[in-house]
Amino acid sequence: MLLDVSKIEASYGASQALFGVDLAVAEGEAVALMGRNGMGKTTTIRAICNLNPPRAGSVRLAGTDLKGKPSHRVAKLGIGLVPEGRRCFPNLTVHENLEAAARPGSWTLERVNALFPRLAERHAQMARSLSGGEQQMLAIGRALMTNPRLLILDEATEGLAPVIRQDIWAAIRKLKAEGLSILVVDKTLSELLPVADRCVILENGKSVWQGTSAELTADVQDRYLGV
Amino acid sequence: MLSRESLINILLAVLLLAVPLAANAYGEPFYVTLATRVAILALAATGLNLALGLGGLVSFGHAAFFGIGGYAAGILATHGFSGDPLFFGLSGTNQMPVIWLVAMVAAGLVGLLIGAISLRTSGVYFIMITLAFAQMVYYFAISWPAYGGEDGLSILVRNQFPGVNTMRPVNFFLICYVALMAALGLFVLIRSSRFGTALQAARQNEVRVATVGIAPYRIRLTAFALSAAMTGLAGALFADLNRFVSPSMLSWHMSGELIVLIILGGTGRLFGPLAGAALFVIFEYVLGGLTERWQFFLGLILLGTVLFARGGLLGLLAGKARHG
Repeated sequence: MLLDVSKIEASYGASQALFGVDLAVAEGEAVALMGRNGMGKTTTIRAICNLNPPRAGSVRLAGTDLKGKPSHRVAKLGIGLVPEGRRCFPNLTVHENLEAAARPGSWTLERVNALFPRLAERHAQMARSLSGGEQQMLAIGRALMTNPRLLILDEATEGLAPVIRQDIWAAIRKLKAEGLSILVVDKTLSELLPVADRCVILENGKSVWQGTSAELTADVQDRYLGV
Repeated sequence: MLSRESLINILLAVLLLAVPLAANAYGEPFYVTLATRVAILALAATGLNLALGLGGLVSFGHAAFFGIGGYAAGILATHGFSGDPLFFGLSGTNQMPVIWLVAMVAAGLVGLLIGAISLRTSGVYFIMITLAFAQMVYYFAISWPAYGGEDGLSILVRNQFPGVNTMRPVNFFLICYVALMAALGLFVLIRSSRFGTALQAARQNEVRVATVGIAPYRIRLTAFALSAAMTGLAGALFADLNRFVSPSMLSWHMSGELIVLIILGGTGRLFGPLAGAALFVIFEYVLGGLTERWQFFLGLILLGTVLFARGGLLGLLAGKARHG
């Protein structure tokens, strides 16, 4: 397994948010992390990256225990995070945003620009002046520049115009086809399910269902994801 | 096509060179000394600008590095003059290049030490801990009778630079001017390098920087030490300008003054420190001639800058900063 998350628990101060999450991502696999709002998806991702280190359980990346490793070490070991809410460096240019993250590997500026031609057109523009969709592309591009073994996308298409969403999903499908391992959180099931090999559903801070996209029947969806 | 800010920068650089040269031609060495003061303060503030402007590290202890540079010059010159060995059998010197090197290395190493501890904190704690370290150095200097203690240390003859008569004010000015321009050149190189980009990114958001695999601590520590070394060089030049070193170079007033220079000129801008230093020295001279309480008026101007011209003088003239 590339990523192996086993029985992690995490809290924000005194209030516990995760009560045992298990999930795994194999090499080249795309896994969807699902669940209603407030069930612990973002917390799980923050725990994996040690932004909010788990207080129990273990996270392993290609066999390496991430326990106690600061977030920048986790990133260096190969987890590229695209955080919720298009987090770029607003006062750096597009080019600088990408360049700051660059680490040697097959992902280069040219390759990111080829994936997102809109970024290439705006390379000298300040990130804060980009549209929401372009900022999201930049956040994905920046994560790719670190040449990750696993890309984590947290609500990458939330709040974007439909046209832009389609561009981003197209990029995600392309990354998947190229063999990148992906852990993705998203609410658009119609786009998510065709990309994901497997799904993990969280409820109240626990992983309660795992299976392939085909096994995620309407019943299961109603039970865990319906509003 | 040059941007408006570049044009203003060029104008400032030319003015700083032309005014003292003209003053020298008309036999007014006082203005040459004034311009030298501007150049040196600008150099010290450019050092701080690396940490504060690019890295967002509000150091309230840069007087420590300024003073260490000054004392390095004073102590080496004293031993060079008297012929007494310094320590480990090393002798003093009156050669500026050696003194500068020692000043930068000493200030840089102390910066590394202070930074290594201070950078574990942030916000108001960082401000306070850098202040505390600077005060420690200040009290150490006061209680060190061998080098003048509270009375300070005189440099009897200005130190020498190979092939230049440094006793002529205009020559010494040119040395300081070149040092300032070199520092500004270095600032540009750092700002546009990957290191500088990461430093600015860490200022904007520490967590995001960590998630792309950059350790903010190491980058900041390197920047802090570089910044300290640059301010240390300015301290050595300042000692030679006044031919006197005193603990006042190490006092918290000095740290505050350096921050004021940057805010007046424009935080994070290449020529902000120079614009601020020029403004400061002109106020000191003009207002200081009118009233002893000139700092009250400087305070008002600073208040106005913070309230109405957040980008400082350069922000007012050249518009919003590219790097906000």
